[in-house]
Amino acid sequence: MSDALIDRPAADETEAHEAVAPETVAPEPTVVVSDLHLLNRIIGKGRRGGGAAAAARRLLLREQAPGQRSVHAVRGVDFTAYRGEAIGLIGPNGSGKSTLLRAVAGLMAPAQGAVWTRGQASLLGVSAAMMGGMSGDDNIVLGCLAIGMTPAEIAEEYESICEFADIGEFVHLPMNTYSSGMGARLRFAIAAARVPDILLIDEALATGDARFRRRSEQRIHELREEAGTVFLVSHGLTIIRETCTRVIWLEDGRIVLDGPPDAVVDAYVERHENGDRPPARRAARARR
Amino acid sequence: MIDPAAPASAPAPGLQRAGARLPIAEYSRRLWERRWFAVAYANASNSVGYERSFLGQAWQLLTPLLNIAVYYLIFGLLLHTNRGVPNYIAFLSVGVFVFSFCQTSLTSGAQAITGNLGLVRALQFPRAVLPLSTTLVALLRLLYSLIVIVPILLISGEPVTWRWLELLPAIFLQALFCLALSFTVARIAARVPDTTQILPFVSRVWMYMSGVMYSVQVFAQGHASWVSSVLTLNPGSVYLQLARHAVLVGSPAPLNTWLIAAAWAFGGLAVSYLYFWRGEDQYGNV
Repeated sequence: MSDALIDRPAADETEAHEAVAPETVAPEPTVVVSDLHLLNRIIGKGRRGGGAAAAARRLLLREQAPGQRSVHAVRGVDFTAYRGEAIGLIGPNGSGKSTLLRAVAGLMAPAQGAVWTRGQASLLGVSAAMMGGMSGDDNIVLGCLAIGMTPAEIAEEYESICEFADIGEFVHLPMNTYSSGMGARLRFAIAAARVPDILLIDEALATGDARFRRRSEQRIHELREEAGTVFLVSHGLTIIRETCTRVIWLEDGRIVLDGPPDAVVDAYVERHENGDRPPARRAARARR
Repeated sequence: MIDPAAPASAPAPGLQRAGARLPIAEYSRRLWERRWFAVAYANASNSVGYERSFLGQAWQLLTPLLNIAVYYLIFGLLLHTNRGVPNYIAFLSVGVFVFSFCQTSLTSGAQAITGNLGLVRALQFPRAVLPLSTTLVALLRLLYSLIVIVPILLISGEPVTWRWLELLPAIFLQALFCLALSFTVARIAARVPDTTQILPFVSRVWMYMSGVMYSVQVFAQGHASWVSSVLTLNPGSVYLQLARHAVLVGSPAPLNTWLIAAAWAFGGLAVSYLYFWRGEDQYGNV
């Protein structure tokens, strides 16, 4: 079996760190990503020729609309995740972290390559189903249904969701009266109610006070033990160090480094804090 | 698009391809599992849709009432398209309400994927839930509108008869057809964003062809036979006729109208469900 912790040589610097042997005897792969390329389709802003006649022609002739472009967000990523791992994804904005998570969740079809998972990977993204105009308790029901719980399961979990969110009487008020921290707590509480096989978290812990952050870290720890594998995208490097067992550093859609948290985060900090951006990144900026 | 060069078999036993389209049976089973979500999401979007107006839910009834008033003024009083129709106001009301179910399904079906991209990008569930939910919202509005329609029928002098019960199968068949409509436009709109701009025209032309404000039978007399067969096969007018035969004085709906209605409902649903399912793995890439 290959090592759970693989170091990759970076494009232009950072030598490989010592790989630590995995503790389990035969690690079970839960996510295999092979040569993955992902395209984000973007519909150009302010394009011309948007009249009804032009639209009709496009409909009939199945032409590509003018101004439609794709951004090559992930360009050839390979890694294997194992049961029991909590993998942090770090990298600057636009490096493809969130897009990669969406592909692991099966929400996006790859342009090339493939993602294989053991069981269902779920993005902690229940907020999309929730509606600000509705009360917290209505949203608990709606959110839980959205992540695939049955009405009976919801009735069972309802109390513990309220307890975990810890928003007291606010649960009966519309969600758009909540502070951002309260909203984040409720969303996390709903999303964490069901234990998925593979849990994907995208910046969910950015809001919320210190107490909630501690509790959600605790919950992630539990989920990791119950679930199998956790992926965490965050710019909070402290959270990454504290909760993850392995870190993948992405830049411009490629893996720069993949290994133990401290080593990868240190290398990342060293490059980015010193303002020493890689040449590719600078070129991309100049183009915009 | 799935790369044909990608390995077809799993790299390790027990692994499945993420985001692969499920076989139709398994897909339908998961859709059934999410039925409560479809209902809850329809209820939620229906109630949230009106929250920013002073009159709130009252618009559910006011909008169709105003529509009837406008159509009555223009078509009944000014253009006299009411020829050959005994109780025009009742005829028009039934037409407007029943046809707006088709119309709403068409326009909101186009928004089913494109208007819920946040959801499509965040959660894994059979996407057929979304057009199902927009159709449920439209059906809910039709049922609300019965609160307006029944008094209009009674005041304009239509008697209550057992034949009113025919509304139930008629609305049921129409709902299946509207669901088919939503599945179809949901996939088209997800691929071609301009669909939303073009649909208002399609739906208006369709309305004028469906005999909402005139009698298709009266109109077809004196035109070539193909005109009358197009007009009678048009699903929009078929469901209108069933509803009108049910609640207005006159003969019961002919059997072949029921057969055409059933064919559109079941045939359309089967074809459009397959069509929607075949696009399943691409909805997240919009």
